[in-house]
Amino acid sequence: MAYKIKESTCVGCSACHDQCPNHAIVEKNFVLSIDPTKCTECIGFFSEPQCVAICPIPRTIHINPDVPRFQMAV
Amino acid sequence: MESGEQKTIALLRVMQPAGQENGGKGCGSKGSKGKSSCGSSAGQGDLSPEIWEKVKNHPCYSEEAHHHYARMHVAVAPACNIQCNYCNRKYDCSNESRPGVVSERLTPEQAAKKVLAVASTIPQMTVLGIAGPGDPLANPEKTFRTFELVAKTAPDIKLCLSTNGLMLPDYVDRIAAMNIDHVTITINMIDPKVGAKIYPWVFYNHNRYTGVEAAQILSERQLLGLEMLTARGILCKVNSVMIPGINDHHLVAVNKAVKSRGAFLHNIMPLISAPEHGTFFGLNGQPGPTAQELKLLQDSCEGEMNMMRHCRQCRADAVGLLGEDRSAEFSTEKVMAMEVDYDLASRQAYQEKVEVKRQAVVAARNVELATLAGERSDISILIAVATKGGGRINEHFGHAKEFQIYEVSTAGSKFVGHRRVDLYCEGGYAEEDSLETVVRAINDCHAVFVARIGGCPCEGLKAAGIEPVDRFALEYIEQSAIAYFREYLERVRSGEVEHQQRGDADIRQGALIA
Repeated sequence: MAYKIKESTCVGCSACHDQCPNHAIVEKNFVLSIDPTKCTECIGFFSEPQCVAICPIPRTIHINPDVPRFQMAV
Repeated sequence: MESGEQKTIALLRVMQPAGQENGGKGCGSKGSKGKSSCGSSAGQGDLSPEIWEKVKNHPCYSEEAHHHYARMHVAVAPACNIQCNYCNRKYDCSNESRPGVVSERLTPEQAAKKVLAVASTIPQMTVLGIAGPGDPLANPEKTFRTFELVAKTAPDIKLCLSTNGLMLPDYVDRIAAMNIDHVTITINMIDPKVGAKIYPWVFYNHNRYTGVEAAQILSERQLLGLEMLTARGILCKVNSVMIPGINDHHLVAVNKAVKSRGAFLHNIMPLISAPEHGTFFGLNGQPGPTAQELKLLQDSCEGEMNMMRHCRQCRADAVGLLGEDRSAEFSTEKVMAMEVDYDLASRQAYQEKVEVKRQAVVAARNVELATLAGERSDISILIAVATKGGGRINEHFGHAKEFQIYEVSTAGSKFVGHRRVDLYCEGGYAEEDSLETVVRAINDCHAVFVARIGGCPCEGLKAAGIEPVDRFALEYIEQSAIAYFREYLERVRSGEVEHQQRGDADIRQGALIA
């Protein structure tokens, strides 16, 4: 249930950091990463995932293949 | 001297074409209506005293000030909320700086210390700007925290901000409250159809917009922000990137639109788009303007409002006079290790001495200008100058990283631009194509003024039709330019030389990553 930041192409601008409604993005030494336990893919908040929308480098923030997709609790 | 001065004033009034205003001591350069962008006597020209107070020692807002006063930028604002086709986000924002530069990022606390360190080492540094590496208003907390700290610890330093304007309306209150009295907005278009070719997307109100819709939002917000700022008396400079074939003609309309909203200064900068920078324009062969194309556009806008011609498109961590780069002396590591003692009184004392020097430059120019009195000619020439600052010809040809360009005519002399060149003389020996690079960069000039020059480049320059001149070494630039021009006119009149138009020049060549 999460997006993931591709470290090799991330430029560390931290634009994603302030946009996350779940505060799931952490910054350490200009490197950003998404906590998969907190990311809801912006479902329930916005129509598009905010980090993806503001990230300037294409294909840098992508669906995390290692965790299941986010499901809204019914 | 009094009657000489009065004579100068009377003659200058006679020289002005009817309808042009003149503060009485303006240098009266063509087309500028005595505006301070040309550096008239004390530079004030027809500016009100309040405005002159704000700009007279800001190196970007006053061309004359930039020979004497320094500024610094701190790269505290990495995030950006839009994407421009001339920007590669690996590097600093290209709305003020040039592609290929990566500034060292700082926290607000580190930035505040850096400001104190620079202010103590470079007492003629009068301005702190936050320009990037992204958009300051996309990082409001970091930006305003930095300003807060600096205002507390270095209260005499002017605060300056540069933005794409998307979020500007939301922060005008805060900007005014912090006494930030200089703001730059990058406005490249007022027609969203033009904008769609420049901005692939804009992130606004939790959505990514594209195309004409994106440009429409950006344009409305920029112009609204500009109006809100000028309504509060905050001085606004507008930066515009000139992109031939996309907005070059359109910028005339932009010029009028920002003037009508109270912008103080318009800075039209050339697009820089080498493929090595990896920007969309660079990779797709969109060229920047030639020197002539840029000058023609700037000249055509000159009559409407003050035009800035001396922008160096510097780094988001730039330090020093505009033509130099001392950022390496103030890396974060070095700064954090420095012991800094901020001495306001000694800064002010130093700046008073700088003012005296600055007045001397102006006085010398005016004296020389008087010798042109009564001369009438349509001829104007461009002169390239190698200088380290202070308004003097004090740089060796081979050490110059840039040449300042002055236009001289019977109306006087005027700074009209600069050209970056590769270092011609590295390690004591010269490289063949370095000279070629310099010639291409100053090809539109009749002469190049230097403190010293070697024999080999001398020959190459003459062959290209550019006269190398070192007889004014260490003297004042504009005074020398006017003296040279007077002699030039005599040589033309006596038939010794035939006046010929020079060709065009390249503003910048290659992908200088510095």
